[in-house]
Amino acid sequence: MEFFLQLLVNGISLGFLYALSALGFVMIFKSSSVLNLAHGELLAIGAFLFLTLSTWAQLPILLSFALTLVGTFLLGFIIERFFLRPLIGEDLIQVIMLTLGIGIMFKGLLLFIFGGDIHEYRPFLPEGLSIDLGLVRIPSINVSTFIIGIIFLIIFGFFFKYSAQGIYMRSVADNQSAALSLGVHVRRVFALSWAIAFIVAAMSGIVLGIINGINVHYLSNIGLKVFPVVILGGLDSIGGAILGGLIIGLVETFTGGYISTSLREIIPYIVLVIILMVKPYGLFGLVEIERV
Amino acid sequence: MRKLQFRPCGNFNETYEEELAIFETDFGRMSLLIGLILLFCVIPFVANPYILYILNTIGIYAIAAVGLNLLIGYTGQISLGHGAFFGVGAYTAAILGTKTGLPIWLSVPAAGVVTAAVGIIFGLPSARLKHLYLLIATLAGQLIIEYVFAQWESLTGGAEGISIIGATFFKIDLMNDRTFYFLIFFCFAIMTWIAVNLVRTRYGRAFIAIRDNDRAAEGMGIPIFRYKLLSFAISSFYAGFSGGLYAYYMMSITPEPFNLWLSIVFIAMIIIGGLGNVPGSVLGAIFIVVLEELLSHGTEYLMNVSASAGAAITIAPLREFVFGLAIVLFVIFEPKGLAEVWRIVRSSFRLWPFSY
Repeated sequence: MEFFLQLLVNGISLGFLYALSALGFVMIFKSSSVLNLAHGELLAIGAFLFLTLSTWAQLPILLSFALTLVGTFLLGFIIERFFLRPLIGEDLIQVIMLTLGIGIMFKGLLLFIFGGDIHEYRPFLPEGLSIDLGLVRIPSINVSTFIIGIIFLIIFGFFFKYSAQGIYMRSVADNQSAALSLGVHVRRVFALSWAIAFIVAAMSGIVLGIINGINVHYLSNIGLKVFPVVILGGLDSIGGAILGGLIIGLVETFTGGYISTSLREIIPYIVLVIILMVKPYGLFGLVEIERV
Repeated sequence: MRKLQFRPCGNFNETYEEELAIFETDFGRMSLLIGLILLFCVIPFVANPYILYILNTIGIYAIAAVGLNLLIGYTGQISLGHGAFFGVGAYTAAILGTKTGLPIWLSVPAAGVVTAAVGIIFGLPSARLKHLYLLIATLAGQLIIEYVFAQWESLTGGAEGISIIGATFFKIDLMNDRTFYFLIFFCFAIMTWIAVNLVRTRYGRAFIAIRDNDRAAEGMGIPIFRYKLLSFAISSFYAGFSGGLYAYYMMSITPEPFNLWLSIVFIAMIIIGGLGNVPGSVLGAIFIVVLEELLSHGTEYLMNVSASAGAAITIAPLREFVFGLAIVLFVIFEPKGLAEVWRIVRSSFRLWPFSY
């Protein structure tokens, strides 16, 4: 029983991390229908930017956090403007290859600058937040990152629901030509959605880095783990991404705990294939209607 | 002999056969003949072993790239699993060659057939899935097959891998670069010839119809699922065949090389070479292999210059950076690939001095 509960808690916290890392991916797909294969590298860039500012440049935590967000926002704009803008209207394979190429470039650069080792932030989170549930204990670090994650989810939820830009972004996601005819600047929305998605990715990268250490290979692998998560929830549903993250996290930890640790790494993809066979557009995804 | 024809300054085709012709003029036929003579009678006898090694690598990858182009460029089904299919071929050939002792001329085609079966299994999702969903399904397939390579130790030898020693082809020793060169390029010529002609048959036409609009293709009476599976099977056969050659050429295989990176490299080859263009995939394979070779020489040179062990580790990732940059630049500036560059160069010669 104790083992089961421990696995449950581990699974939920892992699933929370997956859900958080899938958010930026879903945002990009929702607003511009680009399947971003460089997502893991975006996570890594955010995490390493924060590492450089907070731990190596020794800036105050809040300042370096703000600077990371500003930096990734600008980088998102630059990526959209110089790489993705020329490809609007091109075939799927070209766009996918472009994001793959960008990912490889970033990974090479990050490995060149920071190497393949595991880095750590200097400790800055409050201690003593750990929760004792009798049989299981949730460590302080997981509680505080959970709180950070929830705060960001709420902020972004409000942004999409009530701010003008958020409403523009939702309208473009819903129907591009209708939004265009109502005077929404679609190109600006694309750029903005990349910039904001990059911020979200950086956030998730930082949270992942706090918990598991910052490593280029690990973070870019998370970029692949995002696929089972978002397929399970439906590619364009943020709520689905959160639920998908939790399911994949639980499946992964339970497989690791009860069946075999080597199967753990691959089980999300097996789930992915099964889901695709049974319900191709995920649990909450929009069914594509096609006309000749 | 017929009179040599010159290419007219414009498109004056009057019949469908003229439009379909591979060689528009007899000069095309002659240059192919000259190319084949160079390939089989001149190059292997003047090249040094290092050049032969690079050419053999190009030949092996080019076969797989031609197959992948049939799937992505002609049928429009994107697969991120061809690295693993290549691996399935390599493992099948290695297992057949060592455990059952089949000769190479049986085990390599058998590797192709087994891989075609695996390709059909991973092509099954294409019944319901399209575009990026299919891409994600093949990505999952890639990761699952990789896992099987590493974990099914009784068959694949796990991380240790399998080694094949002493392949002979009707008593000719194949274990040197020159004899293997003939084998690879003989297969390459046959496979490319099949691919070029396949896309001109009803099957090839059906593939192209499915790529352009699969609903419309279905409306015109093409059983699209069967043709999609056929395309997966043919393309995996090519991947498995070249994988089998790779296993014999490398003489030992481990799960390591058949990872997602290899799948990406294959797609990069056909994107850089030109989608929907068989000679283009060969150009792409040449470009990528030569680029990787140059990059590894470049980093070696830089390492010798900086001459410290620490710098060596830090410079190596720059190869990845340059590789990614090449892909990005091609996609943005020449999405139709090297085949299009070649066409532009040719037509500018043809139309000179009046370029319009």
